[in-house]
Amino acid sequence: MDESRPIFVQIAEGIENDILSGVLAEEGQVPSTNEFASFYRINPATAGKGVNLLVEAGILYKKRGIGMFVAEGSRQRLVAKRRDQFQSEYVRPLLAEAGKLGISPAQLTEMIEKEGTA
Amino acid sequence: MNAVIEASGLTKRFGDVVAVDDATFRVEENQISGLLGRNGAGKTTMMQLLTGQDFRTSGEVRVFGENPVENSRVLSNVCFVKESQRYPEDFRPTHVFRSAAWFFPHWDAAFAERLIADFRLPLNRRIKKLSRGQVSAIGVIVGLASHAPLTFFDEPYLGLDAVARQTFYDRLLEDYAENPRTVVLSTHLIDEVSNLLEHVLVIDEGKIIVDSSAEELRGSATTVAGSRSAVDAFIGAREVLHRDDLGGLASVTVGRLSPAERLAAGQAGLELAPVSLQQLIVRMTTSDETQSERRRIA
Repeated sequence: MDESRPIFVQIAEGIENDILSGVLAEEGQVPSTNEFASFYRINPATAGKGVNLLVEAGILYKKRGIGMFVAEGSRQRLVAKRRDQFQSEYVRPLLAEAGKLGISPAQLTEMIEKEGTA
Repeated sequence: MNAVIEASGLTKRFGDVVAVDDATFRVEENQISGLLGRNGAGKTTMMQLLTGQDFRTSGEVRVFGENPVENSRVLSNVCFVKESQRYPEDFRPTHVFRSAAWFFPHWDAAFAERLIADFRLPLNRRIKKLSRGQVSAIGVIVGLASHAPLTFFDEPYLGLDAVARQTFYDRLLEDYAENPRTVVLSTHLIDEVSNLLEHVLVIDEGKIIVDSSAEELRGSATTVAGSRSAVDAFIGAREVLHRDDLGGLASVTVGRLSPAERLAAGQAGLELAPVSLQQLIVRMTTSDETQSERRRIA
């Protein structure tokens, strides 16, 4: 767990990552709040807050008496959301650092292409 | 939410010493709360007042809505695991667990047996022949298996090794998930328990100085490090919790930073580091000698 950010946000992100990578399939069941709590050794209320964040966003939904499931179409929605974040969290800092070091956008493109083929 | 404990203006004096000083707080039902503070801060006295084992000097305390002192309706629902619990001279662990069943109406004997196996506690050895950690394990087992609606653990792990402590945390969480109850945990090992806590109370020199949800406390302080001039320019008139200087470098702990401020710090070439709950409490409860001296005289 990363100390600087709220744990419930990290729980929500962890579930999102599992949906993105396909570990959790759409319409598949998600571990219960208590399972998350004992796995990460955190307070069950905190785990519940993380799960609820995704319920509110429509990524997960509750089946009464059965548990929590991944909503249909949620993978697509997460990809779109993460692409928006990719711009601000990865591309902008990359350009800022490149600018400091005097790397031009053309050189940067070249470096990215080289990494991609390596 | 329902308060299981309500204290207002709670004060306990021993002669000149004010062990608990005008404490006002609530503990909500079915939460795991931490009561944290330094040695001699007043944690144990506080718990003794809350469990009717000591008489308050002034103020009010309500547990399950009633005064806990000599009140069996309240006390049958309370379990207090003490740091250095003493047992009768020739007691063996098996006697402790048998008598626990008489005092705790919600006693779970099957759970106790499982815990005895988990902690590898020899049931029929005399308690005075047990190791320090094994004696602590007895208290931990009583606290967990009591299923008391309100359970206090006062430094439950003197001498418990890392494996046994982890077992304690795991069993506490598992059992709490199935049978929610109110738990107050007092400990020095703040880093180990910080993720288990939902609410945090910090007591220092008898006063409650923090009463906050654990989630709010996380990220409530940040350490800013970099060249002294850049750090000074960034912190401006902010309240500084802690400061270290090393040559031209400075490392300063300040309160919560907004995302914009974090970005600005990054652009100014400063490094930001999170402050753990333990570090935060260390910083809040470290006062230099002269300051506390002055407080005592005043």
